[in-house]
Amino acid sequence: MNKVKLTIDDKLIEVAKGTTIHKAAKELGIDIPVLCYMNLEDLNIENKPGGCRICVVEVEGRNNLAPSCSTEVYEGMVVHTHSMRVINARRTVMEFILSDHPKDCLTCAKSGNCELQDMAVKLGVREIPGQEYAEMSEYKIDFSPSIIRDLDKCIMCRRCEMMCNDFQTVGALSAFHRGFEAAVGPAFEMELEDSPCTYCGQCVAVCPTGALTEKDHTRDVINALSDPTKTVIVQTAPAVRAALGEEFGMEPGTLVTGEMVAALRRLGFDHVFDTDFAADLTIMEEGTELLDRLTKHLSGDKEVKLPILTSCCPAWVSFFEHNFPEMTDIPSTARSPQQMFGAIAKTYFAEKINVKREDLIVVSIMPCLAKKYEAQREEFKVDGNPDVDFSISTRELAHLIKEANLDLNTLPKEDFDKPLGESSGAGVIFGVTGGVIEAATRTAYEIHTGKKLDKVEFEQLRGFEAIRKATVDFNGTPINIGIAHGLGNARKLLEDIKAGKSEFHAIEIMSCPGGCIGGGGQPLHHGDSNIIKARAKAIYSEDSGKPIRKSHENPYIIKLYEEFLGKPMSEKAHHLLHTCYFDKSRKIEIS
Amino acid sequence: MSNIKVKVKEKDLIKIKEICKSFNNEQGELINVLHKTQEHFGYLPAEIQEVVAQELEMSVAKVYGVVTFYSFFTMLPKGKFPISICTGTACYVRGADNVLQEFKRQLEIEVGETTDDGKYSLSCLRCVGACGLAPVVLVGDKTYGRVSPEGVKEILAEYQDK
Repeated sequence: MNKVKLTIDDKLIEVAKGTTIHKAAKELGIDIPVLCYMNLEDLNIENKPGGCRICVVEVEGRNNLAPSCSTEVYEGMVVHTHSMRVINARRTVMEFILSDHPKDCLTCAKSGNCELQDMAVKLGVREIPGQEYAEMSEYKIDFSPSIIRDLDKCIMCRRCEMMCNDFQTVGALSAFHRGFEAAVGPAFEMELEDSPCTYCGQCVAVCPTGALTEKDHTRDVINALSDPTKTVIVQTAPAVRAALGEEFGMEPGTLVTGEMVAALRRLGFDHVFDTDFAADLTIMEEGTELLDRLTKHLSGDKEVKLPILTSCCPAWVSFFEHNFPEMTDIPSTARSPQQMFGAIAKTYFAEKINVKREDLIVVSIMPCLAKKYEAQREEFKVDGNPDVDFSISTRELAHLIKEANLDLNTLPKEDFDKPLGESSGAGVIFGVTGGVIEAATRTAYEIHTGKKLDKVEFEQLRGFEAIRKATVDFNGTPINIGIAHGLGNARKLLEDIKAGKSEFHAIEIMSCPGGCIGGGGQPLHHGDSNIIKARAKAIYSEDSGKPIRKSHENPYIIKLYEEFLGKPMSEKAHHLLHTCYFDKSRKIEIS
Repeated sequence: MSNIKVKVKEKDLIKIKEICKSFNNEQGELINVLHKTQEHFGYLPAEIQEVVAQELEMSVAKVYGVVTFYSFFTMLPKGKFPISICTGTACYVRGADNVLQEFKRQLEIEVGETTDDGKYSLSCLRCVGACGLAPVVLVGDKTYGRVSPEGVKEILAEYQDK
């Protein structure tokens, strides 16, 4: 590889040809401030439109300042990252950006966690000269079931556009108009609800300002908890415990399962349960469905289609409903763990504690924004009453805990309640890419072969590669498994299936980078992929510390089938735990 | 929620497909496709952008982004007599803005709009290369030079009975 020598702030460095000034400086420990630039290393996600001009530096022999995020180094280059000219230019750029930015920081949902606000502080902006000449845009705020868009706060960094188009290939968002009116949104400024948006929330996860935020349900939860006539129960998704600590100043990857349970109990939830229980239940249903389709397929039944695709991820479900409506018979019909939990809570559990359906409120804590939309889907309601009443994100839970003057750092570790709080390690790994299919493999292998696994870990299914392929030996039958995280990667696997080129028996899809641990409702990673990787480690360590590692060995799952459901895929299970999909594609018709 | 249906006339659909095909349905040809399409239809309404997006296999959001970025493209039908006022530097300093205000007042429309009877539409453009005649106004293909606010009425009168 060709090397290039250059000088940055009087320090000599040699880097690979093609390196940007920003990256070269980083190697020297010089952190040039950036705003629009974002790089999730090892996940293949980079945004460098070179648009905001905050990262400008002085290059000797060059007339104008250079955007360091998108300017490549050359031999003998001499760079100054903090000359007076640079400092003044950066502040001026910031003043321009702020000139037409709303000034409602005090009540903005992003306040305290806003990259624009942080940058204004860092660059010492004390006044905004010329703001009287700026034209404030007046876009209508778009309230979708999951995401709120306030385009007046858009600074055109275009990170959301990159995530929506390049990473997810959803194509709901694009930059439009120009000048003060410029913003990012769906075609014809339609509402997100009418666009092909899947509510994956990755636009929210990367937005540096308050332009994109989650639909906040914390007030609804507080109102429910304040109502003495209601029994309020809560379920927590696996990825939440691996990230919530970050909101309380803990190192990324700190597991806070016990402290989270303690906090939820002190917030006043009547029963603190675990979505992992429902993940075990998902494995029972989805695993049985997989084995059923697999057995029929292997015995030559041409009617049965393979591969089977996982269906836990609501953004993924929306994605194939929008983009591959002709293939809605391929994914598993199993509902997601969130919805399985809701359905069981409002039937089996409600009966057990003798509470009427309408007096039982189910709250879910999710790393995800699409879960808010999923909870509202009509097919998951009984006479208008949803199985899951409110779905709040990891970030919203952190707000609730702080508002109640609780601190995870000082809370004891407590255990989930029974029966819907007991889970296996298989349920835990649902939160990371490859985890659902590993959990399914643990159970499907043992049921299919009748043998006990010596080792429950399937290392070949783990990792962060965009698309992974592995073959697991089911007692002489090789089972080909595919895994993709990110909808753009999922699209590639789907195109193969469509073209009849897929060699897989089963495929797991998660929409977010790294799986649910990188979800749109998680604490903001601010472009640091190490945070996402640390969360994955935490998830796997929780799994390995569990006495039960396989879903079908969870005693409360066994009991649920004995007392209530009968067996997997029974009529009752079908009614409560399975679903169907819809065609949501855009169709051009002759008028 | 069921799928979203976009209604288009059959002959329009055939025409757009034909235009896209003439550019090999390449995404990189979007701007050329939009030029040809606008040339044919006079403007680029939403349903036409939907068809272009489908034919070029790209998101309609991206198509809309390009249409709204370039001021040449319009989503509103132009009038029978499209009026363009040059607001380039030379015309501007010679009073183009006053001329523009007078057109807006007389026609009771804003820039980018079309009169209710579909007769006139108003737009601004940048420099037609006739700075010696500043300020310049175009009505269709016809050029008017050294236009004053007082002359606006006269220009419009020419088209009154057409």
